[in-house]
Amino acid sequence: MALTRPQVRVRPLPTGPGRRAGGAFLGRALAFAALVGLSLLILYPALWMVSTSLKADADVFAYPPRWIPSPVVWGNYAEAWASAPFTRYAVNTLLYALSVTFGTVLSCSLAAYGFAKLRFPGRDFLFLVLLSTMMIPGLVTLVPQYVLFSKLGWINTYLPLVVPSFFAGAFFTFLLRQYFLGIPNELLEAARVDGANELWIWARVVLPLATPALATVAIFTFDGTWNDYVNPLLYLNDERLYTLQVGLATFRSANDTQWQLLMAASVLVLLPVVLIFFVFQKYFIEGASLTGSVKG
Amino acid sequence: MRGTATSSPPLSRPALPRRRGLNGRQREALWGYLFIAPWLLGFLCFVLGPMLFSLYASFTNYDITSRFDWVGVQNYVRLLTEDTRFWRALGNTAYYAAFAVPLGIATGLLIAVLLNQEVRGQRFFRTIFFLPKVLTGVAVLLLWLWVFNPQVGLINTGLYRLGVDENNLPLWFGDPAWSKPALIIMSMWTAAGSFMFYLAALRGVPRDLYESAQIDGASPVRQFWAVTVPLISPVIFFKIITGIAGAMQFWSESLILTKGGPSDSTLFYGLYIWQTAFTDLRMGYASAMAWILLLITLLITGVQLWLSKRWVHYEGEVR
Repeated sequence: MALTRPQVRVRPLPTGPGRRAGGAFLGRALAFAALVGLSLLILYPALWMVSTSLKADADVFAYPPRWIPSPVVWGNYAEAWASAPFTRYAVNTLLYALSVTFGTVLSCSLAAYGFAKLRFPGRDFLFLVLLSTMMIPGLVTLVPQYVLFSKLGWINTYLPLVVPSFFAGAFFTFLLRQYFLGIPNELLEAARVDGANELWIWARVVLPLATPALATVAIFTFDGTWNDYVNPLLYLNDERLYTLQVGLATFRSANDTQWQLLMAASVLVLLPVVLIFFVFQKYFIEGASLTGSVKG
Repeated sequence: MRGTATSSPPLSRPALPRRRGLNGRQREALWGYLFIAPWLLGFLCFVLGPMLFSLYASFTNYDITSRFDWVGVQNYVRLLTEDTRFWRALGNTAYYAAFAVPLGIATGLLIAVLLNQEVRGQRFFRTIFFLPKVLTGVAVLLLWLWVFNPQVGLINTGLYRLGVDENNLPLWFGDPAWSKPALIIMSMWTAAGSFMFYLAALRGVPRDLYESAQIDGASPVRQFWAVTVPLISPVIFFKIITGIAGAMQFWSESLILTKGGPSDSTLFYGLYIWQTAFTDLRMGYASAMAWILLLITLLITGVQLWLSKRWVHYEGEVR
């Protein structure tokens, strides 16, 4: 954790029957009611999206709006998917997200092991440099990176999107280092005495013990890459290379008033991420207190 | 453990590990540099190098094709003295940050405080409140366009039912006065997902403190301000720092939703950089803007750190 829990010394309390159990119960009931209300506010837009995606063309702008569409037009989904090359976009996006996830987990865990478990001159200074790069706005490097990749002739390829992920981004390196620090050095020493080299120890001792942290990094990277819009938009002009996000934005400008189709396509694009969320909920929510700061 | 137990040539441990050429410390240092090499190379190629290039380009009229003439501080002077859109973009960004950051913190904290009451259905609520963090990207932005649709959108039909006159309903993304508030409402929905961050801190506040405050007759509201807020102030402070830095870079949403309109009301600083660099291809000018953004971010962070001494309480170990 980046933050320490405040430690407070407390005077011993006089204990007695003075506690008002009724007040606490009322407090909890109010809290529960408030939570129900807030969850409805959170869910409302999402449910509205699903509802719209199932409406007939004529019902979309009906007033007052109906929550339960009648008739239910399941065909909107097939129609939306078929009216742009979404299958190709989906394959592109999947390959893109998987490569970036692989590159991130590999390179960040290597760098994190170096910073957490090995001593070398300049380590603390370099780690300070790593920490300070987290404050640099991405917009400062966006323009020069584009120039670099265009001079390399990488525009209209996936190279500018994937290659940087193999060079250990600061935040996930920092996160993994914090986790690796908690792995006892005795385990590593024992392996060293047995003649194992550091690469072996990283692969066979540290990575298996760090599965939860690696899963968090992998899931957040996959999620972030799947939803990335700006970078694919910047580097890919050829429609055959589009990702789902770019494809969906293009689909929108072509179908500005077909809200039922826009919503159906949107649901389909979101579906994989939502499924992953429900399967790996534990890692998402545990990782959130660490990564929430960066995902804004 | 798994790793060590399976290593094959055990037992016959040499009294001194054999080393050829390098001693143990040198060998460890060499491994260390090898392990951080990916990050170090990436830092040089994708962060430091680009930043130096960008700093140099900000003093030129670079346009990616041919021109690369030194113009001195001309870009900076023009931005600060002549460019009204620069000030407009800066103002829009400041407006967004001034509302979205505190409202976002309040939303996340409210949900965390409610969940900290040990109510039933913790797991269920956590899943629901976490969804906004998962639902991102173009699809969700399209959803917001639909929710803010002036005629049949969820928000305006709700306002109409609450009795707002048909002619007074906001046009949201169609009206310069309402486009930024719409984006701020959107950001609060997203901020709900940050509750986990505060919940972890709230769990660290000793229960006894509330009990002693109760005995002293403090109301729940007073307990919140006198006990909860000081004890979780490091987390709030961290969220203010990262929240402002994030809000300064809020722009890609407006690229998709509004393209900066209507009448530049959602022209955020980042969007102006994007348009200058990639639509107008004025890379030198955009680089100067990017460096001004970096300086502003550092300045705000510095002021925050200085102010934090007055209100952020670190007790026990301080990092």
